[in-house]
Amino acid sequence: MTETMSSALRSILANRLRSILTILGIVIGVTSVILLISLVSGLNSFITSQIEGLGSNLIFVIPGRIGGSRSPGGIQANRLILQDATNLQKQLLDQAKVSAVVQRTSTLKYNNKLDRGVAIFGVQGNYPDIISVKLTSGKFFNDSEANSGRKVVVIGPTVASTLFGLTSPIGQSVDIGGLKYKVIGLTKSRGSTFGIDQDNSVLIPLTAAQKQFGLDRLNTIYISANNSEQVRKVQAEATSILKKRLSEDDFSVQTQEQTLSTISQITSVLSLALGGIAAISLIVGGIGIMNIMLVSVTERTKEIGLRKALGARPTDIRNQFLIEAITLSGLGGLIGITLGISLSLIIGLFLTTTITWWSIVLSFGFSTLVGILFGVMPAIRAARLNPIQALRYE
Amino acid sequence: MKPVIILKNITKIYQSGELSFRALKNINLTINEGDFTAITGASGSGKSTLMNIIGLLDIPTSGTFLLDNVETSKLNDNQLAKLRNQKIGFIFQSFNLLPRTSAIDNVALPLIYAKIEKYERLEKAKISLDLVGLSDKLKSHPNQLSGGQQQRVAIARALVTNPQILLADEPTGNLDSKSGFEIMQIFKRLNKEGKTIIMITHEPEIAKHAKKIITIKDGDIL
Repeated sequence: MTETMSSALRSILANRLRSILTILGIVIGVTSVILLISLVSGLNSFITSQIEGLGSNLIFVIPGRIGGSRSPGGIQANRLILQDATNLQKQLLDQAKVSAVVQRTSTLKYNNKLDRGVAIFGVQGNYPDIISVKLTSGKFFNDSEANSGRKVVVIGPTVASTLFGLTSPIGQSVDIGGLKYKVIGLTKSRGSTFGIDQDNSVLIPLTAAQKQFGLDRLNTIYISANNSEQVRKVQAEATSILKKRLSEDDFSVQTQEQTLSTISQITSVLSLALGGIAAISLIVGGIGIMNIMLVSVTERTKEIGLRKALGARPTDIRNQFLIEAITLSGLGGLIGITLGISLSLIIGLFLTTTITWWSIVLSFGFSTLVGILFGVMPAIRAARLNPIQALRYE
Repeated sequence: MKPVIILKNITKIYQSGELSFRALKNINLTINEGDFTAITGASGSGKSTLMNIIGLLDIPTSGTFLLDNVETSKLNDNQLAKLRNQKIGFIFQSFNLLPRTSAIDNVALPLIYAKIEKYERLEKAKISLDLVGLSDKLKSHPNQLSGGQQQRVAIARALVTNPQILLADEPTGNLDSKSGFEIMQIFKRLNKEGKTIIMITHEPEIAKHAKKIITIKDGDIL
């Protein structure tokens, strides 16, 4: 066995360029399986940690129906308005806190400095009670400030450094979409993920946001149950409260747990789809190996005849070529794993990637299997060669 | 004298569609231990077919072939492979050495199929190369050796399993007369030391080195 292995390696090394080109398909396949799965797993763990970071008693109300015939938050009109949030808060007063959020993108100006594409969140004064907002300086606006429509803003660190550089932004006035807002707070950095800067965002009072941008439809209503055992009950009550005004296709009420499972469903479908596409490359790579092994059997017909004359059994010849094919694909798998891990680590510097051990085992196992499957036919052909004809072959 | 090869009424018919060709016709032949036999004949006379049958590479259509008292017609592929490995040393016209492989590894090749450990394989290969006077060329690759040297490596490979019979198919066909003569001297020495040698050749000059000459014509022994 070790003899067959080393003879396979010798034959692979004797045709270095050809061997490298042969295993390229396997290398690309394994690399992309590992890379794509690590990206999707990274996406999953990022979203999960973001949602878990919001607090465990959280319930989301979003426009549109998840799992319905129409896509959530999609083409259909958003019918969620502030009145719905107010109704919820009134009727759930002793069980939960309710906070409505609107969102849009705009440009911020300070003196002659510009910050484009800033995410503007219009939120209520109780927002920090529900979603944790960590401030490095200043304060958050309270309910009365929020409801009076005063123009105050809590800014993210990217906005602060873009517009104010190293000077303190607290107390300064910034221009948001043409109106002046007074900066009262600065949030802690949350970093950037998937190329989206989490810190390039600002929070302004809901009333001001609605008035200035004409946003009468809500993007989200957050409900935080006071007690973790009541999450399901609050969810059911919120649903029945909203149904009084809206049809059930107009909104979805999801607990954090349900949201997480929805997301993990989406990412596992994504994993399968991307992994499947990458796996096609492995099969193409296997066909490449079969092609080269068939060429190799023809080229070495005389050698096969000689080995048979010297006492090699058909199984010895079969094993020799099979092991050569498996060594080729296994080698491709190992190179692919190394490349896949290194690329994942490099990309991990910019985006969240999670290298999963099962993707490594899966892709290596699959590439070896491909070697066996596509190596068997050439190996059997070699084993069946007639020694006399093989010896006479030129 | 102990017979090592007994052929009784050996017939070989090649069938190709409607056409059939009788390559060998009722051959009866006995070769004893210690013989040095040359088989000669024109091309197409059937001498290669006879050689392939004696070498267990081909199966006769009818007749019996006893190799060292073993009836060979009922053996399967694996048993035939084992017998080839143990009893017969092949020497070919075109040497058939593995390219990009050192002389010692070429010589050790049959021992892999005899399931012998690597260390012992190399020891035996060294001894075998010494027998043909190439102990200074252990690491040389075939393309670094002359034709005569390559054929000597091939003889060392044939000897390494210590078989009873050496089967040589036109062993001097690709060599100049001087190298061919050297190969014959080695054959004579090995024969004197007890090896049974069967050699196919169409050159009368080479056949003269054998103790006995058999001529084949149209599938019959003359």
